Amino acid sequence: MDSADAKSKNVSVSVPKPDESSQAKPGQAAAKKEYKTVGDYTAANAVMEARGVDVYYGDNHAIQKVNLDIALNQVIALIGPSGCGKSTFLRCLNRMNDTIESARVTGEIKLDGEDIYARDMDVVMLRARVGMVFQKPNPFPKSVYDNVAYGPRIHGLATDRASLDEIVQTSLERAGLWSEVRDRLEEPGTGLSGGQQQRLCIARTIAVSPEVILMDEPCSALDPIATARIEDLIDELKQNYAIVIVTHSMQQAARVSQRTAYFHLGKLIEVGDTDDIFTNPRHKLTEDYITGRFG
Amino acid sequence: MNSPAPRSLKDVVARGLKRRYRNEQTFRLLGMSALAAGLAFLAFFFYTLIGNGYTAFQQTRFLLDVELDEDTIDPEETRAGEVLARANYLGLVREALGGLFPDVTARGDLRALYALLSPGAALELRERVLADPALIGTTQRIWVLADDDIDMVVKGHIERDLEESDRRITDRQLQWLDSLEAEHRVELRFNRYFFTAGASSDPELAGIWSATVGSFFMLLVTLALSFPLGVATAIYLEEFAPRNRWTDLIEVNINNLAAVPSIVFGLLGLALFINVFGLPRSAPLVGGLVLSLMTLPVIIIASRAALTAVPPSIREAALGVGASKMQMVLHHVLPLAMPGMLTGTIIGMARALGESAPLLMIGMVAFIVDVPSSPLDPASALPVQVFLWADSPERAFVERTSAAIIVLLVFLLLMNATAILLRKRFERRF
Repeated sequence: MDSADAKSKNVSVSVPKPDESSQAKPGQAAAKKEYKTVGDYTAANAVMEARGVDVYYGDNHAIQKVNLDIALNQVIALIGPSGCGKSTFLRCLNRMNDTIESARVTGEIKLDGEDIYARDMDVVMLRARVGMVFQKPNPFPKSVYDNVAYGPRIHGLATDRASLDEIVQTSLERAGLWSEVRDRLEEPGTGLSGGQQQRLCIARTIAVSPEVILMDEPCSALDPIATARIEDLIDELKQNYAIVIVTHSMQQAARVSQRTAYFHLGKLIEVGDTDDIFTNPRHKLTEDYITGRFG
Repeated sequence: MNSPAPRSLKDVVARGLKRRYRNEQTFRLLGMSALAAGLAFLAFFFYTLIGNGYTAFQQTRFLLDVELDEDTIDPEETRAGEVLARANYLGLVREALGGLFPDVTARGDLRALYALLSPGAALELRERVLADPALIGTTQRIWVLADDDIDMVVKGHIERDLEESDRRITDRQLQWLDSLEAEHRVELRFNRYFFTAGASSDPELAGIWSATVGSFFMLLVTLALSFPLGVATAIYLEEFAPRNRWTDLIEVNINNLAAVPSIVFGLLGLALFINVFGLPRSAPLVGGLVLSLMTLPVIIIASRAALTAVPPSIREAALGVGASKMQMVLHHVLPLAMPGMLTGTIIGMARALGESAPLLMIGMVAFIVDVPSSPLDPASALPVQVFLWADSPERAFVERTSAAIIVLLVFLLLMNATAILLRKRFERRF
């Protein structure tokens, strides 16, 4: 990793030059290096639109002026070396960064045309619409049933026990877990295997019927077989949801996503169709990263 | 350095190895000897405590044939409670004892003879008759309570071979005692007063029940106040309050309060609760309030530690499905932190139970005979009772002091055991 970081710094020196020339803002260029994302960051059928998003952790400028659309029925992969800001950007999308006191977000992120950082946007409502699956499987220390039923319960999505049962069952079915846990619904969710736990977390997320599902390296704690199952599941889920996945594995990004966004040192360097990015990267940094020269 | 340059890595490591192992050995030895010293002191403490205290659970009684003479108790055969209660039972017991020594007739001698008996002997007889008036007119073989000095002689705490002038028992009294013993009329029996009575100037009639009830009421008030307040404070500070200079200041103050000498809290209680608010003196309510002040910082610190120990992934999971902050805390964080909070609370309570200094300040050091029936009645507390008895001149209070400490320690052990049990039971559910 050390050598990778050193390399990436060396490389980054050469970045601004082509960008600066295209930017043509002579006054600001000296104070702040502006850059322009390579590729088309907009998308047809966009559910979420991020424009000019900056995130600061205290004095640390974690991500800079990121523009990106999240489209329905599509998986977009956020890739990049460690500390590049991809997870930070992901956590902006359902305002999980609110829990970090030093974090400050500027810019605009719209969900169905509403600014999610607007004063009248309720964060609880937002998180019901933009669900999240975390890096480490984190089921509640409660039964499998209660894990899935928790979201619908607090949001009042089910009026009676029967409809709650139904939500739990369909969510577990969609997460491909039903056949494995149908007889163990009352057992603690923490007793499942790692891969099952992660699918339980996915079931818990889709039980609330969100529009967007954010996944923060959902397979990094899993073995290859469990990973394959989750990837199949992501592929199925995109029929109904917009999915954003952060991953360290370029193979995974290539397998599951339709669009890919490459982040580097807080900047969104390149975004485009996954096939294009992996076969024909246009930016030098992207090329270096996906050909394994660093990261 | 004159030694030749090391030849190989193996040599270099080997040279240092011996010293490294020796250091480890020394550290182990030091640790073990410290532990051994600690255990030795503990063993000595328990040995002296139990050795001094166990005799208090028994007391000397005489077997006497008491004639429950109808003419003395109830001459008019009314069997009315008042009449029965007022009768001269002391006379009856004395008569029974005197009957065993018909040759003692002089007034002074009789007084010395009767001094073998405790005033409690008459009270017990009265209780018996009141409970069953049919006994009147019969002769009962009863184990009557002996005086505390006799008790001490029987238990060997007052030495017989002392000069007569140096002991509280005369030679004649010893002779009477010996002759009673020869007739198998002297026996050590279970000391029920110790567990059922309150304070008394007669050691054989003194007990810890009143102090125990006082302590119980006090702990009840302390628990009812400090647990919800402490937990709520911890939750607010840990989960909701912003991190800034004010909360830092509050945190520093809470940590300092946990280290404030308890007697200071007693003075605060005296000044505030009694002088300003006009609450009654010597009441467990005030004691409980003072102990709450003392326990609160402990509970807050323990609860905050328990909250911090809940992994952030659980919080993220709850927030991720759209739980509000309050729901996150109540549904997920609090249940996981509760065992730690309870452990801290019980340990705080155990400290409060053993506390005496602040109670002296608010008048709970009083001589309380009656068992308090509410937190507003005057009461004493177990550690204060220990303090009072340790201060009393009678020899018989020495063993009672130790016995009261044993009871106090049993309560503390039970509370700490509960804390450990809770921790073991609910540990690592995440």
